[in-house]
Amino acid sequence: MSILIKNGYVVKEDCMEKCDVLVEGRRIVAIEPNIDGYADKVIDAENLTVMAGFVDMHCHLREPGFEYKEDIASGTKSALQGGFTSIACMPNTSPVIDNTALVLYVKNRAAEEDNAKVYPIAAVTKGQKGKELTEMGSMKQAGAVAFSDDGLPVVDGNTMRLALEYAKTFDALVISHCEDKAIAGEGVVNEGFNATIAGLKGINRVAEEAMVARDILLAESLNTKVHIAHVSTRGSVDLVRWAKARGVKVTCETCPHYFSATDDEILSFNTYAKINPPLREEDDVLAIIEGLKDGTIDAIATDHAPHHIDEKNREFNYAPNGSIGFETAFAIGYTYLVEPGHIDLTDLSRLMSKNPSEILGIGSGKLAVGETADITIVDLNKTYEVDKNKFVSKAENCVFNGWKVTGTIEHVIIDGQEKEIKHYDR
Amino acid sequence: MLKRKDLLGLMDVSAEEIMEILDRAREMKKLFSQEVKKTNSLSGKTVCTLFYENSTRTKTSFDTAAKLLGASTSAISASTSSIQKGETLIDTGKTLDALMTDAIVIRHSAAGSPHLLAKNVKAHVINGGDGLHEHPTQALLDMLTIYNRFGSFKGLKVVIAGDIKHSRVARSNVWGLSKMGAEVTLVGPATLMPFDADRMGCKISYDLDEAVEGANIVMGLRLQLERQQAGLFPSAAEYHKYYGITEKRLAKAESDAILLHPGPINRGLELSSGAADGESSFILEQVNNGVAVRMAVLELLIKG
Repeated sequence: MSILIKNGYVVKEDCMEKCDVLVEGRRIVAIEPNIDGYADKVIDAENLTVMAGFVDMHCHLREPGFEYKEDIASGTKSALQGGFTSIACMPNTSPVIDNTALVLYVKNRAAEEDNAKVYPIAAVTKGQKGKELTEMGSMKQAGAVAFSDDGLPVVDGNTMRLALEYAKTFDALVISHCEDKAIAGEGVVNEGFNATIAGLKGINRVAEEAMVARDILLAESLNTKVHIAHVSTRGSVDLVRWAKARGVKVTCETCPHYFSATDDEILSFNTYAKINPPLREEDDVLAIIEGLKDGTIDAIATDHAPHHIDEKNREFNYAPNGSIGFETAFAIGYTYLVEPGHIDLTDLSRLMSKNPSEILGIGSGKLAVGETADITIVDLNKTYEVDKNKFVSKAENCVFNGWKVTGTIEHVIIDGQEKEIKHYDR
Repeated sequence: MLKRKDLLGLMDVSAEEIMEILDRAREMKKLFSQEVKKTNSLSGKTVCTLFYENSTRTKTSFDTAAKLLGASTSAISASTSSIQKGETLIDTGKTLDALMTDAIVIRHSAAGSPHLLAKNVKAHVINGGDGLHEHPTQALLDMLTIYNRFGSFKGLKVVIAGDIKHSRVARSNVWGLSKMGAEVTLVGPATLMPFDADRMGCKISYDLDEAVEGANIVMGLRLQLERQQAGLFPSAAEYHKYYGITEKRLAKAESDAILLHPGPINRGLELSSGAADGESSFILEQVNNGVAVRMAVLELLIKG
């Protein structure tokens, strides 16, 4: 099977140029102008932009246990629709992904669906209970690409220390959702003026930053790596920047909503804007963008968090946290980072493909000869309104619903095979 | 007539609308001195109080107000209804619509619940207190009490002292009073002061003695003793020492200053008995004004 992509703007590692891309089997075999000759399939990419397939290192597929919110079939289709060719899913399912059998279950279910490639993240502690370590060695061998207790962060400092230290044995990556639950208290939104006037309890930024500081210092003292999930505050960006300057092996991600949205969204008690960590303020948004520009923040992850409509359509305090994000991530990145000139498309590609792929060690994420043919072709000429009724995901809880954005996904190729996606009449 | 379906808070209500409600409430209050206090202005209409939190005075006040206007009333309490069986707020609201309810007064511990209800029902929704967010009719009755006493709001110095952080009454009063031209100062220990509260258009002070000097209105707020267990202040004694409203402190205010409190009061904690029962106390007048304000709000919303 061969695919020839003609006349697109190709986003390479450090530049963009108009040329053709030839895929043979699972690999990219040529990127150069005017490739002629036979191919099984020709994609006319005139006026389109050809990028490395996006890699999402933080999402929730909800299977097993919460299939009423999303499942591996619908979640991976939604990922494809967003141009993601590889995704890493969090273990907070029911049961929790904390043993080899469950890691294999997720991998096998994803293989059966054959949409976006799925890389399971397994729990750091059994049952995400923060007490006993999981079998990280065996699970890594079975295909777990990282370890995280995600929304139930390891509270006990010594347990986290041991987790990082044990993970080092297998060169395994620990991802930390940084939230000091005691400081966060009963908060449901960012602590600030908007929380005050909405009468909602606030979560102080320090709930996040204190644990970022702890985990950075633990990683430094153990000379091992750690990845900080969904950085949302100026203080966290500053801490990671400081740590990187000291040579700590720390990487971090942020999410589209942290560089495009503020806690103004909660003033209407919109539960789709109830996210953890919470949407912050303008100053934090500016700091996140600065961190994305100067390399402090390594990756953009979606934290795609689907919930059933009934769970979100209720009192703000009682609605669960999270927004879906697969199908809007690229457009939000393009509209809020590239169009205003903060970064260019090669930077966005690095943040959405190369870096997350390298952090996870999954060996894709680059558009170059010899690389795996995971390719996403986008149209940057289409501007439209995000419509929650058009999502492929089972869920519609998207904080960006109704936002005007630019950039659609036109073609997705995984391992040299073009996948079917929907084309809306926007 | 009010050109709005619901009354959810004072943040987005204009000074003109507030004045319209207060003027109407003053008309209503004239009825109170008549032998037959009842009108039939809302006869054939139904008002339901939907209370997810305990309340004596707000619920009774709305119920009395509706009845004096000739409306039929019903009451739903969370503890004795289908809510106990897991019915959602939206489903309860739609059921009330089907029961031909014209107005729903809701009290709920979760901020924004009245907004969720309002979006999903045809009935007029009145916020009877939601979480830490707003309690608009309480602020309106406070304002009526002030207006009746001083005849205007311009330049009046209002001190609101106590647990501001957990007070929807304080928030609604800041919005309402500052819109009408009064100068509001919020007083309390830092642990009971919400984040960036001064950005609402008021002053913040940690020193009650200083703040009450020259004040025209001193408003105390109920302090829940659970806040002490939660570590927000060390003891009732220290709280009363710095933030208790006593006759001695009231003496520093203007000579014609009035004392307000939304009730129920904790004697000896946020108010001394001397202050609560003293000549400057308008606490019972507030309760009476509450009926008038709620009559005005119900009539203006339902007939508008």
